[in-house]
Amino acid sequence: MTAAEAPKPISQAQKDEILAIVACHKDQPGPLIEILHDVQRSLGYVPAEAVPLIAGALNLSRAEVHGVVSFYHHFRSAPHGRRVLRLCRAEACQSMNGRALERHAMKRLGIGFGETTVDREITLEAVYCLGLCACSPAAMIDEEVHGRVTPERLDELLKRAGAGVRP
Amino acid sequence: MTVTVWISRDAGALALGAEATAQKLLAAAQAAGTAIRLRRNGSRGLYWLEPLLEVECAAGRIAYGPVTAKDVPGLIDKGLLRGEAHPLRLGPIEAHPWFASQQRLTFARVGRIDPLDLDDYIAQGGFRGLRRALEIGSAATVNEVLESGLRGRGGAAFPTGIKWQTVLKQPAGQRYITCNADEGDSGTFSDRMLMEGDPFSVIEGMIIAGVAVGATRGYIYLRVEYPHAYQVMNAAISAARKAAYLGTDVCGSKHAFDIELRLGAGAYICGEETSMLESLEGRRGEIRVRPPLPAEKGLFGAPTVVNNVVTLATVPVVLAQGAAAYRDFGQAKSRGTLPLQLAGNVLRGGLIERAFGLTVRELLYDYGGGSASGRPIRAVQIGGPLGAYLPESQFDTPLEYEALSAIGAMLGHGGVVAFDDTVDMLEMAKYAMEFCAIESCGKCTPCRIGSVRGAEALGKIARGINPEGNCSLVEELCDTMLQASLCGLGGMAPYPVLSAMKHFKEDFAKRTAAS
Repeated sequence: MTAAEAPKPISQAQKDEILAIVACHKDQPGPLIEILHDVQRSLGYVPAEAVPLIAGALNLSRAEVHGVVSFYHHFRSAPHGRRVLRLCRAEACQSMNGRALERHAMKRLGIGFGETTVDREITLEAVYCLGLCACSPAAMIDEEVHGRVTPERLDELLKRAGAGVRP
Repeated sequence: MTVTVWISRDAGALALGAEATAQKLLAAAQAAGTAIRLRRNGSRGLYWLEPLLEVECAAGRIAYGPVTAKDVPGLIDKGLLRGEAHPLRLGPIEAHPWFASQQRLTFARVGRIDPLDLDDYIAQGGFRGLRRALEIGSAATVNEVLESGLRGRGGAAFPTGIKWQTVLKQPAGQRYITCNADEGDSGTFSDRMLMEGDPFSVIEGMIIAGVAVGATRGYIYLRVEYPHAYQVMNAAISAARKAAYLGTDVCGSKHAFDIELRLGAGAYICGEETSMLESLEGRRGEIRVRPPLPAEKGLFGAPTVVNNVVTLATVPVVLAQGAAAYRDFGQAKSRGTLPLQLAGNVLRGGLIERAFGLTVRELLYDYGGGSASGRPIRAVQIGGPLGAYLPESQFDTPLEYEALSAIGAMLGHGGVVAFDDTVDMLEMAKYAMEFCAIESCGKCTPCRIGSVRGAEALGKIARGINPEGNCSLVEELCDTMLQASLCGLGGMAPYPVLSAMKHFKEDFAKRTAAS
């Protein structure tokens, strides 16, 4: 069900892009996380090949850079689907049937958290609080926020997002 | 004549369809041949009435809500743009009982102004605090904050003035102001509302802190889950820089101060102050052992003020109105006002800023109107995922630091999440441990291993495996985590677990019987 294929090796253009991003931030104090954000914004994920490039340019060890990439939930090591659906799993959303919404989403998409549909249309991610707790349960599709999301509403949103749901 | 209409661009309002309402309004007004000026504000905090729409009339700003896109044409036909009668008409929102009973100091401008309009900000009292700080100077400013009784609103409730005083006393050299905007606790959204609704107040608070302790550089550490707040904060910093409130010569004084906005990367632990500093330096968000305190040796090894968004945005109020005026609100050692965030299973959730002292019951029923589901409220969690669960018998506790601490609970960042009687407290206890396991930075064993083992043991209780033995194992584990964790994550995750086991025994006993 999951499209968990290994990401393709990155191109020379992408390598150049990574080095340009590093050069841009190099003189900032403590720039690593800023660099990783820009790499992910630009390429959609932080490829393994980026680690030695960044490490070399910042005079850090590869282990240090890898350690940072893997510490933060936000950084991905593989490309995500065309759109990303984030469902809030925190307490306020649970108090308004968030758990049922999670089950519905997984069933509908045929994937679990952290996975991407086979057609690479949608990635499902867990998030712990979107700050929309007074209109729970909450979801975010890319950067578009939604409150009081029922299973029916989620289906509508997925349809509108152009993400195919499991027949 | 052009009619001015306000519709919020707060993420909560957008999540309920405010953008569609705004677009529909523009189209419908054009079709009706009426010129309108659409202005975007923060949220008034009455989320059950969002999308809220306010029309400027001779009688003031007349509110209608909740107004969905499909309500718009009908409303226009009924004279919306003249403020005329309609079932959705609420009148002036400031006269609404839910709002009128509040004491908004920190949130005074949120929802009233265009967050990115500096003229609006200044017209509504903005930068008065900064001007006074520049007038009275560094030591007097620190003293004013100390005298106000203001305590850190991020959760730890440490007196802000003492923190500032410590930084001020350090040997001369580079110092930093950091704003902790990593609002990760479930049930909290006051930082988000402030940043989206009145970002200049956060900036002003940081400048005052810089002037007070002699720092020239500030960082805002904002969580990546808040893209809307990021946009607004970024635009506000640029605007403040352009108007010379930030830069080499703040307000024509000899002080230099500038702010950099940094994004977190989805780690709850980075809300812990030392972990946030590690992250700002570009490292894994592993906590630091204290001492030294950040006030002595913080960001890049320099003396650093770490304050939460609400704390910093309250500083201009303290300076503008005076320490005594602020201290007059509240009771005992909880002075001033507290922006409470009412969330979860309640009919009327939102932001309630009042002097300390409101009880949980008043909050849940007078403001919240009871549960959204119509079922009895069985439990509330206060202070985020590391806060205790309170049963109905404790609902008369006032929401202030000492009273909550006396019953083994904590106020934290002021988030209150209600659950109805369908809640399974064993599940909630298990979730607390699972969350701690996901978010543990891994530096200390009680938190890293304890949370995993705790979740396993609670899972066994749920499956009816040796419930009594596993319950005592969980208690023992919690004791170790409480006593031996390096920071509040492992050190407080036991609160929701132990309070659930203590006050909702039946949810754990049910499994005992099932075995």
